[in-house]
Parts: sequence; C-alpha cells; structure tokens
Amino acid sequence: MSSQKNEVVIGLEVHIQLTNLKTKLFCSCSNNYRGAEPNSYVCPICIGLPGSLPAINKKAIEFATRLAIALNGNINESIYFFRKNYFYPDMSKNFQISQYNKAGGKAFADGGQITIKLNSHKKDIILNRIHLEEDPARLVHKGSIATSPYTLVDYNRSGVCLIEIVTEPVISSPEEAREFLKQLKSIVQYSEISNLDYEGSVRVDANISIRGHERSEVKNINSFREVERALRHEIVRQKNLLKRGKLLAQETRHWDDKRRITISLRTKEFEADYRYFPEQDLVPIEIDDEFIQKVKDELPEMPRERSIRLRRDYNLSEFDSDNLVLDKDIADFYEDGVNSDASFGPDEYKQFCNWLMNDVSRWLNEQNKTINDTKLHPHQIVDLIKYINEGKITTKIAKTIIKDMMEGFSISEILEKKGKKRISDEKLLNKFGNEVIEENPNIVKDCRKNPKAIEALIGRVMAKTRGQADPHITRAIMLELLKELGIIT
Amino acid sequence: MKFYEYMGYELIEKIKNKELSIPELIESCFHRIEETEQILHSFVALSKEKALEKAKSLDKDLEQGKKIGQLYGLPLANKDLICVKGFPTTCSSKILQDYHPPYNAFVIGKLVEQEGAIHIGNTNMDEFAMGSSTENSCYGPTYNPWEISRVSGGSSGGAGASISSGQTILALGSDTGGSIRCPASFCGVVGLKPTYGRVSRYGLIAFANSLDQIGPITKCVYDSALMLEIMSGKDPLDSTSVDMKVDKYTEELSKPIEKKILGIPKEFFGEGVDNEVESAVRKAIDKLESLGAKTIDVSIPHLEYTVATYYLICMSEASSNLARYDGLRYGNMSDNLSGDVYDVFSRTRGERFGPEVRRRIYLGTYALSAGYYDMFYIKALKVRSLIKNDFVEAFNKCDSIVCPTMPLTAFKVGELIDDPLQMYIADVLTCPVNLAGIPALSIPCGFDSNGLPIGFQIIGDYFDEKGILNIGYQLEQELNIYRKMAPAAKGGK
Repeated sequence: MSSQKNEVVIGLEVHIQLTNLKTKLFCSCSNNYRGAEPNSYVCPICIGLPGSLPAINKKAIEFATRLAIALNGNINESIYFFRKNYFYPDMSKNFQISQYNKAGGKAFADGGQITIKLNSHKKDIILNRIHLEEDPARLVHKGSIATSPYTLVDYNRSGVCLIEIVTEPVISSPEEAREFLKQLKSIVQYSEISNLDYEGSVRVDANISIRGHERSEVKNINSFREVERALRHEIVRQKNLLKRGKLLAQETRHWDDKRRITISLRTKEFEADYRYFPEQDLVPIEIDDEFIQKVKDELPEMPRERSIRLRRDYNLSEFDSDNLVLDKDIADFYEDGVNSDASFGPDEYKQFCNWLMNDVSRWLNEQNKTINDTKLHPHQIVDLIKYINEGKITTKIAKTIIKDMMEGFSISEILEKKGKKRISDEKLLNKFGNEVIEENPNIVKDCRKNPKAIEALIGRVMAKTRGQADPHITRAIMLELLKELGIIT
Repeated sequence: MKFYEYMGYELIEKIKNKELSIPELIESCFHRIEETEQILHSFVALSKEKALEKAKSLDKDLEQGKKIGQLYGLPLANKDLICVKGFPTTCSSKILQDYHPPYNAFVIGKLVEQEGAIHIGNTNMDEFAMGSSTENSCYGPTYNPWEISRVSGGSSGGAGASISSGQTILALGSDTGGSIRCPASFCGVVGLKPTYGRVSRYGLIAFANSLDQIGPITKCVYDSALMLEIMSGKDPLDSTSVDMKVDKYTEELSKPIEKKILGIPKEFFGEGVDNEVESAVRKAIDKLESLGAKTIDVSIPHLEYTVATYYLICMSEASSNLARYDGLRYGNMSDNLSGDVYDVFSRTRGERFGPEVRRRIYLGTYALSAGYYDMFYIKALKVRSLIKNDFVEAFNKCDSIVCPTMPLTAFKVGELIDDPLQMYIADVLTCPVNLAGIPALSIPCGFDSNGLPIGFQIIGDYFDEKGILNIGYQLEQELNIYRKMAPAAKGGK
C-alpha cells in the first residue's frame, strides 16, 4: 500500500469543547452558554477587559489528564501556557491563551494513540500531542459571511475550554479518519469530559496531501460527519490537479459546508506569524505522579475494556461488543436491560444486542437522536424479546412497533391499540384456512407436487389476519385441512 | 501647620483623637489641589463629590463607634492604570478615553473598600506607563513641584508630584522598570516597588506583565509600610501573587540595624552617575554605618546588559498586552470606519496610541517575530536569568544593597523627549530590580546644587520588604529631611 502512487496522507487537529466543565477555562463564568442571551455569560476576564488576569480552572486540568490517560499520552509534569498572537474580532484580547510545543513550550501531553478497525484490519493512529486552549467568541452573521451587512460578536463562548488532539500524518483515507473520530468520540464520552453531540462542540482542521506533493490545511470543518465529506472533496480536487499536470500549493483552505467544497484562504507566504511566547500571567502547574495515579484510579471504564468485558459476561462476538460499546449510553442501556431479567441467558443477550444495534440504532440514526433523547426504557426491549420467544408476537410485528416503543409505550399498550395480539384461536384459524383453500384452487392444486406451495396458503391466512395469526398453529391447521382433502398425505 | 504637611500616620492619630474630622481633611486636600494643580498637573481626573460623600459617611460611622478600617479616611491618589469601578481609568491614553472599568482592582478593594482610604482621583502618567518623565501622557506632562520647569519623573509622575506637593497623603504607583522609584527620586518622596508577586496585579492594566508591580508612594517610610501591609497577600485572581505570610512591616521599622550588612555594588556608581548624586548617596551610606550597619563591596557584573534586556522584554510583552485595544469592545475607535476590520483596527491604533507606545509595539512585535524570536526574546530571557543570579549571589553576602535610585536628578521638560535612547538609559539602576523580581525602596537622601531631590535606593532580597523598610526608616529618621515640602507646596514658583 505505502509505495502506491497517489497515496493519501492525512493529519487531523481536532478541537473539542469540554462541555462537562461547569465554568470556563480561566474565569468562573458558566461554561453552558448554549441557548443563553448573547453576551450574558461574560466577565472582565473572558472579555479581556484591561487589568483582568486569567486564573486556571483546576477541573480542566483534571479533565485533560483523564483524556491524556485514556489516549495513552505522556503527560508533561509541568504545564504552562503560551500566547498565540493574532488580530481577529472574535478574540477578546487579540491573543489566544494556548499551549505550544516549540519555542521552549510543551504540550499538555505528547504521543498517545487510538486503535481503529476498518474491514477487520487494525491500525494504530498515532497522536502527536494534546493541549488546552481557550475558545474564541462566536461571530454571528445574517445569512452568509459574504453578504451579511454586519457581524455580531457573542462572547458567551469566549474562554470556554477547548482541548486539541493532533494526530501524526498517518491517516490514509477518509474512512480511516471517520473511524478514528468515531473512536475518539467514544473515548471522550467514556471519560465524561464532554458531550460531543452538542452543536459547535467539535471543530476539525485537516492537513491533506498526496505523498510527494505540497499539503493543504482545510479549516472550519464543524462536525465529525463533515470531516469525511471534506476529505473526500479535497482528495479528489488535489488528484484532479495532479492529473492535469498542475502543481499543488501549500495553502490554507476553508470548508464551505453549504456548497460542500474547499476554498483557498491563503498561500504559504501569507501564513500568519503567531509570535508564540510564554503567558506569564499563569504560573506553571505541576502535575505529579500522585495526581496522575489518582485520576487514573477514578477513570471510568473505557470502551476497549468494556468490549472485552461484554464479550466475557454476555458471550457476545467481538463485532457485536465493539459496536455495542461505541456509544456509552447504548452500552449502559444494554447492560441495564439484560441484567434486569434473571431468566435471560446467552440467546437473549444476543437477541437484545441485535434489537439495539439494528432496529433501535437505525431509528436513532434516521431521527438523528441519541438513545437518551427517547423515552425508550430497557425493560421494553426485555418485554419485546419475551413476547417473541413466548410466541405472543411475530418478529415481523415486533419490527413494526419499535417506533411506538420509542415514545415510551409498553408493548401491551401498543398491541392493544393496534389490535395486534396474536390469533391462536384454532376455530377462527380453521375458518380462515377453509376460506383460503376455497379462494385459491390453483395453489391448492400446486400443493400436490410442490411441498413449498403450502407456504403461499399460510401467507394468505397471515394476510387475512393482518399478520396476527400464530404461524405454528396456522401451519398445523393448513396441513390438517390439506390432508382431509387428500391433497397431501 | 497645614493638614497636608503631616504624615499619614499622624493624621490617623488626629482623626482618632477627634482633633480633625475626615471631611475636613478631604476638603483641605481638595483645597490644596485647587491651589497647585494648575501649575503641576498631577491629576487626570478628580472624584471630589464622591470623596466628600464618603468622607461624611466614614465620619458618621466613626461617630457611631463603627470600625472604618485602618486608614481612617486618608486621601488616596490612584495611578490612572489601576481600575476603579465606574471611574474613568485611561492609562493617560487616547485609546482608553471614557473607559470606566466595571470592577475594582484588588488593591482598591483592600485600601479603599476594606481599610477606609478615600479615592480622590487618578494621577497622570506616561501613556501605558511607558516613559520616565510623564511627558508621554496624552494629557501633557506633570511638572516637578521642586522646580516646575523640570519633569516629575515617570511613569508615576503624577503620583510623585501629588505627594511631594501635599495634594494627597497616599498614592498608588506601578513599577515596571522604575516607574515608582524614578518619580519618588525626582520628587523627593518615598516609593516602594515590592517583590514580584507580593501584591496582586488584578486590575492593574498591564504594560509588561512579568515585570509590573503595584506599590505605594508616600511622604514617609511608615506610610508606605502601612499601605504595603494592607495591599500584600495572595489573591486567587492573580496566579502570580504569592501565598506567603505578610509581615507586620510597621512594627519592624524601629528595630536597630546595627547587624545589617549592606552591599555596595560598584557598577551602580559607575559612568553616567552624576557626581552630586553619588556624593549624597555615599554620605547617606556613612550615616547608615554610623547607625552600626556594616558595608561590603558586591558586584552585579551584568548590569551593562540590563537596559537592553529590560527593553526587549518589556516591549515584547507590551506588544501582546496592548493588542486588545482595537476600539471594538471599549475605549475609543477611529472616526473613520471605512475599509475592513483590519483597516479600522490599524487606523484606530495608529491614531489613538501615542508615539512612544507605537514605537514599543513595533519593536516588541519585531522581537517576537519568526526568525528573530531566538535572537532577541529568548536571548533576553537568558540574560535576565544571569542578572537574577547576580543578585542572588550578592544577597549571599549582604542583607540589602544600597545605591542611587536614578543616576541623575530631575531633568528639564523636553530635554530628553526627542532622544528615547538617553531616556531609556536613565532606567539603568532601577530596571535590574524588576528583571530580578526583587523589592526596592527609594527615599530622599539630599538635594543637589539646584535644590533638586536625590533618591537613595535600598534593594532587598526576595520578600524582604521588611528589611529594606527597616533600613529606609532608620535612614529617614537620621537624615530628617522628610518633612521638607517642595516649593510648589508653598504656592508655587
């Protein structure tokens, strides 16, 4: 692979907000600015008023430590901040307090990795570093930036804690990038530091090149979903240029998610000089082994460990358990469910997993919701499995009631409302069976030489009862009736 | 004697004994300002109404036997870069015209809100504290009360002049490379730059944040000791403030100094130091010896590099600290809003910053730029640690270092303003103290042949404000010139 022509090289810089913090990175303003009146969650520090000074949020250090441990990075024992200087209206001080691993600076943690699996092939995505920084304010435009008559600045976001995860340029395809981000999102969720489903909680910059050529940096990718799309576009663009014999320029490009294209912002010679230098208003923070050990001891179970445990405890396949643990809420739901009924064993464990990963997940994806957005309770899935296994409903019917279950209705309520109880009354089924035989002489004739033709008759009975007929009893009755007519022996 | 001729601690006694009411004191102080302000121009804004209102309310509380704090309504002149809630705080810059901070600086909270000082107004300064003469103020210079054709020193020139002319009893200054000690020296008053981290910088508008410290300017050492006692201590909002026990400085002043070893650094008496300054300082050292102190020679071998190092560091930091002034959120924006946001930012900053501030922003930006960073900024940091080590070594041999504060006495207004390099060199004996982060006190020790005050500098080891205040107090009592008022205080020249 690696020697192949047109080999794609991708490195990602992922910025995530630590939404689970109560306060901003350097002041005591609320971190939870979403939905708030613009410029209401601000103070002298986060709007950079003259004379104000930053003071570190210790919880942010703990959260970053959690993530660094979960990603297997080496945490630097002395943490200090740098100023990144540039003028922009979203910057309250016209510099951003960040960390820097050059000019005498150090990142929060160096190295680390995330293992991804693609087409049952495993690969370690090696990380360069993670570091903490403050989020700038939010710029609000009327319509698109280009045509808006004004720019409004909302400083509620200013000073919110971001953590940046920088990979080495080792990602070879948009699919790998997608898998990497999926795993990263999962680890962040398990670390309980952030909810990445919040709008604007994720921003990604991607460095993309075709090996041997100049790279471009694509900025402003504002969700994990967009990343794969932006990468695909940029790779095609670069390959097309090369095909036409053009040279690629080292440049910064902007992802326009409306038009789904990248646009050149500036080329290398116009790159900003950020004049990084130490932020001396913050004293270095010492992170000792004792602290790291304490955070480690308190660190919740991570997805990889959980997957191994689920395989062992519930006899699941690697494929099932890996998928199940990806979303912590789904995995919690699963464990709550299967443990709530003592009669459950390996068959039910598997059934529960299938319902969750197929029908429920599909519905959630279509609705763009998470399991906690719904009223679905684990006990409903337990009931569903029991109804099926006790022959009270068919799998087919079960699939049709998932939507109502999401609204929180119990299965008996739904079946009652829909009249979808299984019909096992033999007299009634006999009546339907006779009707079907009368109405379909050709099929009955067919039954003489084709043993499978009986299925068509059973299907007719099911149709008459709108799927409510018990398939086992129906089959027995049909066999009996055909025997009586001397069609089969 | 007029009230303004008394020391702060004496006035406190008078107020306690009901010989004087707080409104009387504040009114007399505003009367004094009216008498002298047209000549001196120490203040950029006054708070007469509020001050008198507070004086009355403190007086009433005192009548009713309530506690009103240790400062008993003494008037406090604040430097125009320390935030006072709701009061214009402008750094003597056009770019911050009409800026009213929504919060009080830590020191204002301590001195005014907690201990009952009365804020009477903000004093003039070099724009953003950049200068040694207060000529770089957007409001024009503050004149020296000893001779009004001369500068008051800087950057806290308004504070120095307001004390030496009796316009106020207490004043706050800030010191980045000598901005408290220079005006104290030129105006013949006491100024103290504390150890970096001793006093919270929260609410001090930054010039160079790794060097800035707030400190008192007063007529006598006791008053400075009293202010420092109140202002010092850990503030959670300033991470560089140090959580260390605050000494009872006022109680240590009268201790004998006979066992003290004073270091005399030969480099501080070298070329460029005026003969009259040197001789006055040497005489003062003799006095200290007569009080029993021992003297030894020490060396600060890297002194010759300090001005270059100091200016590289303070300009680099300033270029970043002052980036926030773009007119967007507060302060003053250009009247011409044409072009894009960068055009407006550039125009605003070009129009609203004065020439010295612009010069320092240009140079600082240059020094931090890619390709120059290692050559200038990193190198300056290395030299800074060498200078620090010089002091550490010196303090292995002595308790405190004694030397002149300024190599010269107050120069004429306009004399150096067109020669920035000469002006920078005037900081040579004060800025090494800021680079090392140690404390230093300046007290008047005599006059030159023009009748201009000469400053005596006592430099202490880290957090040894106690030691330098003790030596300063003993010398002050021995010299006994601290009650001498500047001529401007007798109706001007």
